[in-house]
Amino acid sequence: MSPVPYTREQALELVRQMLRIRRFEESCAQLYGEMKIRGFLHLYIGEEAVAVGTITVLKPEDAIVATYREHGHALVRGIPARTIMAEMFGKSTGCCRGRGGSMHLFDAKSRFYGGNAIVGGSLPIAAGLALADKLLGRPQVTCCFFGDGAVAEGVFHETMNLAALWQLPVLFCCENNLYAMGTALDRYESQTNLCTKAASYRMATQQIDGMDVVAVHEAAKAAADEVRAGRGPLFLEFRTFRYRAHSMFDPDLYRNKQEIEEWKKRGPLHSFTGRLKSQGLMSEADFERLDAEVSEELKDAVAFAEASPFEPVETLYQDVCAPVAASA
Amino acid sequence: MSERLTYREGMRQALREALLRDPRVFLMGEDVGMYGGSYAVSKGLLAEFGPERIRDTPLSELGFVGAGIGAALGGLKPIVEIMTVNFSLLALDQIVNTAAALRHMSGGQFHVPLVVRMATGAGRQLAAQHSHSLEGWYAHVPGLRVLAPATVEDARGMLWPALENPDPVIIFEHAQLYNVEATVEEGAGADIVHSRIRRPGRDLTLITFGGSLTATLAAAEGLAGAGIDAEVIDLRVLRPLDETTLLESVRRTHRVLVVEEEWRSGSLAAEIMTRIMEQAFFDLDTPPQRVCSAEVPIPYAKHLEEAALPQPSTIIAVAKRMLGRGSA
Repeated sequence: MSPVPYTREQALELVRQMLRIRRFEESCAQLYGEMKIRGFLHLYIGEEAVAVGTITVLKPEDAIVATYREHGHALVRGIPARTIMAEMFGKSTGCCRGRGGSMHLFDAKSRFYGGNAIVGGSLPIAAGLALADKLLGRPQVTCCFFGDGAVAEGVFHETMNLAALWQLPVLFCCENNLYAMGTALDRYESQTNLCTKAASYRMATQQIDGMDVVAVHEAAKAAADEVRAGRGPLFLEFRTFRYRAHSMFDPDLYRNKQEIEEWKKRGPLHSFTGRLKSQGLMSEADFERLDAEVSEELKDAVAFAEASPFEPVETLYQDVCAPVAASA
Repeated sequence: MSERLTYREGMRQALREALLRDPRVFLMGEDVGMYGGSYAVSKGLLAEFGPERIRDTPLSELGFVGAGIGAALGGLKPIVEIMTVNFSLLALDQIVNTAAALRHMSGGQFHVPLVVRMATGAGRQLAAQHSHSLEGWYAHVPGLRVLAPATVEDARGMLWPALENPDPVIIFEHAQLYNVEATVEEGAGADIVHSRIRRPGRDLTLITFGGSLTATLAAAEGLAGAGIDAEVIDLRVLRPLDETTLLESVRRTHRVLVVEEEWRSGSLAAEIMTRIMEQAFFDLDTPPQRVCSAEVPIPYAKHLEEAALPQPSTIIAVAKRMLGRGSA
């Protein structure tokens, strides 16, 4: 295996971010069992390299539009674990003051536009954000995450066309985990090569091993540079896999254990840390230190969420519409 | 200074003034540019403002309405034109699930200053896929403001306050109104809050909006000939409803008849009657009535279409019955 092209600090930061997601998601599953978190909960375990590899190449002024499986993206983007966890607890200190929950994390400060739970619904919004950047002459990238399932939606095709036609600065990041909820890709797509679809709109595409954070990071860096330079939208397909079921309600009857075990062998965390160790960039003690730091952060987040108050019911009608002056 | 304008010209002036006044304003939709707008509203604007700001789109209602939402989030003030309310159903997901919900779902962090204009209504023998009135569906949704300019003055005056509104606004332009002519005062503004009494009267209140205002005013004239003094209220704003104006009128006249072009089941008429009964039941001398469209998909043949729509003769007959003036 080729050496990773990072300094020790850079490499450890990638490990730390993947670990943050892994531990956060494990904790969410447990808190769901304890009925602290309710509603739908979709875990990202197994797919960490995609969010970490892509979002770490973005600039603060760039925008992110994500899906309902977005805790990891929110964490890497810098939304504090405290406010994410509080949101999942439905507390007033949550990033959306308890209005969104797991599927609808938003953060204006870091230009994080959800947390969208209509499959494919985030795509045209990303195109519109990029249209604004283009018309206002801002050299910014809108990074749009969606799963393979979104590719079957009409709005995917409408957005690919708009983005390519208008040469909008969108980085489309398809997280292809091979299942649209419980239906396998080859059971719902006539054309299973997803890049072909984007390419048919005359968009540059690339398929990447989404279990390899180095591959993701390098591809995303190059792609974001292209998009930022105004050379139009780009479509990256990350081949990845979720270890857990679709949601907490899913008994996962449609995948066999062997398939899951095969993918786990290529797990993003241990494959990367293994590489770093063999290259002398990281020791087991480093890993343990990072893990302890992450656990500390998480413990603090859970305690914060637990101690936070619920929104007073009197605020129910807040933030539906802004008040409007009675006269023109 | 006053001038003679058609409804179409009034809307065009409003668009032009908005484009001149604020560089963030742009218009997009199917055939708004080269073609001049399917109802010729935007004729000439492409030459004046160029293709960036008068933006022709593919036939992708869901895609370009979503892009409008994104552009609004990105700091622009988009005006999105959808050819007809029937086609707007293709964009309903973005309007209801995203535009209307985003402020609340994000805990007040984001808002969508988007204006969506669309033609509505029957009367031109366009049959069942181009003639419907579904205003009430939109008026059902918290987070939206819904306008129905019924006069030339409102066609010209309501767009600017709609653009200044920080939340999404849907503007319904009844297709039968585009050629209506009126004298309007230059620079006359319009609010997007209040209903208006278009004809004061003592004996009963006729409540209507949009394209039905013409038939309702004609019916009021007919009733005057029979010695019945009808008050006509033009709703103008379909959400949120200006209950004060409606209730004040009903408390004076003690009778209310709602006229509109939607189907009666689950219509805006149903909502208005309910609110009046909830709040002014003991002020009523007779049960509230309504004249709506026949519950059929609008037919093509002229005589059938006319039979399906509220006509002045029907309004007069129902009103007379309410006042105990025979079966007419």
